[in-house]
Amino acid sequence: MLAFILRRLMQAVFVVVAMVVLVFFGTYVIGDPVWMMVPGDATIEQVGEVRRTFGFDQPVYVQFLHFLGDVVRGEFGRSYVHGTSAIALILARMPATMELAFAALILAVVIGLPLGLFAGLKPEHPAARAIMAGSILGFSLPTFWVGLMLIMLFSVMLGWLPATGRGPVVSIFGLETSMLSLDGWRHLLLPALNLALLKISLVIRLTRSGTREAALQDYVKFARAKGLSQSRIVGVHILKNILIPIVTVLGLEFGSLVAFSVVTESIFAWPGMGKLLLEAIQRLDRPLIVAYVMVVVLLFVTINLIVDILYSALDPRVRLSESEA
Amino acid sequence: MAGPVLAVDNLATHFFTRDGVVKSVDGVSFEVKPGEVLGLVGESGSGKSVTGFSILGLIDPPGRIVGGSIQLNGEELVGRSESEMRKVRGKSLAMIFQDPMMTLNPVLRIDTQMIEAVLAHDAVSEKAARARAAEALGMVGIPAPEERLFAYPHQFSGGMRQRVAIAIALLHRPSLIIADEPTTALDVTIQSQILAEVQRICAESGTALVWITHDLAVVAGLADRVAVMYAGRIVEQGGVDDVLDRPCHPYTQGLIGSVPGAHPAGARLHAIPGSTPSLKHLPQGCAFAPRCTRADAACAVAPPITMNQGRAYRCFHPAAQAGASA
Ligand SMILES: Nc1ncnc2c1ncn2[C@@H]1O[C@H](COP(=O)(O)OP(=O)(O)OP(=O)(O)O)[C@@H](O)[C@H]1O
Ligand code: SF4
Ligand SMILES: [Mg+2]
Repeated sequence: MLAFILRRLMQAVFVVVAMVVLVFFGTYVIGDPVWMMVPGDATIEQVGEVRRTFGFDQPVYVQFLHFLGDVVRGEFGRSYVHGTSAIALILARMPATMELAFAALILAVVIGLPLGLFAGLKPEHPAARAIMAGSILGFSLPTFWVGLMLIMLFSVMLGWLPATGRGPVVSIFGLETSMLSLDGWRHLLLPALNLALLKISLVIRLTRSGTREAALQDYVKFARAKGLSQSRIVGVHILKNILIPIVTVLGLEFGSLVAFSVVTESIFAWPGMGKLLLEAIQRLDRPLIVAYVMVVVLLFVTINLIVDILYSALDPRVRLSESEA
Repeated sequence: MAGPVLAVDNLATHFFTRDGVVKSVDGVSFEVKPGEVLGLVGESGSGKSVTGFSILGLIDPPGRIVGGSIQLNGEELVGRSESEMRKVRGKSLAMIFQDPMMTLNPVLRIDTQMIEAVLAHDAVSEKAARARAAEALGMVGIPAPEERLFAYPHQFSGGMRQRVAIAIALLHRPSLIIADEPTTALDVTIQSQILAEVQRICAESGTALVWITHDLAVVAGLADRVAVMYAGRIVEQGGVDDVLDRPCHPYTQGLIGSVPGAHPAGARLHAIPGSTPSLKHLPQGCAFAPRCTRADAACAVAPPITMNQGRAYRCFHPAAQAGASA
C-alpha cells in the first residue's frame, strides 16, 4: 500500500512539473502583461521601469528559472493586479468554490441515484423513459444557458431564490461555509443545481445501467429466493454493487466540478476562485493564473488518491489482492 | 399417509417475447412426497429451470404463469401476491442454483448474506442468527464455521461456495428444496461429496428434494423417482429404477441410450438425432415425433398421459410395457 501511494505521488509530481511549464509558456505567449499594468498615458520610461521591476526585460529562460525557483519555494509571486500574494488570494477564494462543488456533488447523488435506480428497476415505466429523456437534455444543454434559465425562472419570474452572490459565511473548525444558514442555502441552491446538472445526468445513466445489469445477476435471484424484501435487495444487494463504479467516477468528476465552476461562478457571481481566474486571465495576471492551476492540479491529484483508497475500501476483492501483493 | 409436500398440476408458464409466445412449461404435473427425492431430467431448454422458478414464483416479465396449480403443503401458490410468496421463499421452500460462483453476492460477507436470510423470516437477535448460520455451515462440512462467516465469497472455492448456498437453503429447515443442477459446475470428486452430504442431510431432516440435472448417473444414485421433461412437458415419470431399467417413452429410451441389459448407472445423456424443437413452433401432435423412430400417423395428435402402475407417460407407442416384469 505504501509503495502504491509513493508511486502515485511520483506521478503527481511529474504532472505538476508539466503543468508549471505549460502554464508559464502559455501565459508568456498570450501577451505582455506590462500593458495591462501601466496607465494608458504612461511614458516609455515608465513602461521600461515597470518592466525592470518585474523582470520582464530578461530573456525567457532566465524568467522561467526565476519562476521555477519561486514555485519550488511554494511562492507564486504577487498578483500584478492586486499586489498581494497570489496563492493567498486563491486560497482565500477556495472555500467558496469547494462549497459550491461539494453541494453540486451532493445534489448529483441525492437526485441522480434514486432516479437512476427507478429507471433501472422499471425500464418500461413511462416515468423511467421521462427520466432518461431528461438526462439526455442534462447532457446536451449548455451550462451557461441553463444557468440563465434558472435565474429567469426562480429569481426573476417566481422570485423564490436570489440570483447572485453567496449567503452569510460562518467559520466552523477553520472551514468557512455558508451551508449553515437558510439564507446561505437559498444562495447556494441555484448555482449548485446549475453546476450539478451534468453530473446528475451522469449519475442517472451510471445507476440505471448498473442496476439493470445487477438485477439480472444470479445473486439477486438468489436473494429473492431467500425471501428478502425488495427494499433490502435493492438497498443492499444491488446498491452495494453499483456503488463501486459510481463512487469512482464521481470522485474523479469532482475535479471537473471545480474546473467547470468557472462558468457557473461567473453567471451567479459566486465569489469563488473560478471568478478570480477569469479576471486574472483578462488582465494577464500570470502569478494568479499559475497559482490557480497549481491549486487545481494538486486538488485533482489528491482526489485521485482518495478515490483509489475508497475504491479498495468498497470492493473487498481489490482490498485483498492489494494486501496479499 | 401424509399428503404430498408439493403438488404441481397442469402448470403452464409462457414467455411473451417480441417474436412469439415461448411455451417453456406447458401442462406439467407431478407430486413430491415428504422426504422424497425427485430427479427432473431433460435436454437443455426443455423447461426444467423455468419449472423450478415457477414454483418459487420467480418468473419475471415477459414470462408469466398462465395456468395450473402449485400446492405446497396443501396451500395454493399460484396467484399469491409478491409479499405472500416472500413468506414462503427461503422458509418452507428453498432453492439452490447451478453456478456457485454467481449465487453469492460478491461484495457482501458470508455472515451478512446468511444472517439476513435468517432475519427475513424469524424475529431473533443477530447473535442468535449468527449462531444458526455457523451451525448450518458446520452441517454442510465447512470447517471453522465461526471464522469463515467473516469471509467474502471470493475467498471460497466453487465447491465451498455451493456448500454455503446449500447451508443458506437449509437455514429454515424447509420442507422442500429445489436444486437446479447444483453440481454441474463442479468437478467430479467435489460433486460426489456434495451429493452424499445433501442426501444425508435431507434424509435426516426429512426434507424433500427436486433435483434438476442432465446427469442420469446422479439421478440413478440420488433420486427415488424421476420425471423426464421434453419441450415443456413431462413425457415420462415413475420410480427411478423402473424408468431407467424399462423406459416407456422413446425419448427416455434415447436419453439412456439403452442397450438391453445395460445398467444405466454411470451413463450420461446420449445424443439423440435431431435437436430440441423451437418452443415457439411446436408440432401439432407429439413434440418428439420429428425425432422419434416409432412415430406414425397416430402421433399427429398430442398423446395424453397414460397412467399405469405408478408410471405415467405421454406416448401412443411405448417402448416397454410398464409393470411388465423383466
Ligand atoms: N426470460 C426468458 N425469455 C424468453 N424465453 C425464455 C426465458 N427464460 C427461459 N426461456 C425459454 O424457456 C425454455 C426453457 O428454459 P429453461 O431454462 O427452463 O431450460 P432448462 O431445461 O433449464 O435448460 P438447461 O438444462 O440448459 O438449464 C428455453 O427454450 C428458453 O429459451
Ligand atoms: S407419441 Fe408417437 S411420436 Fe411421440 S414419442 Fe410416442 S411414438 Fe414417438
Ligand atoms: Mg436450467
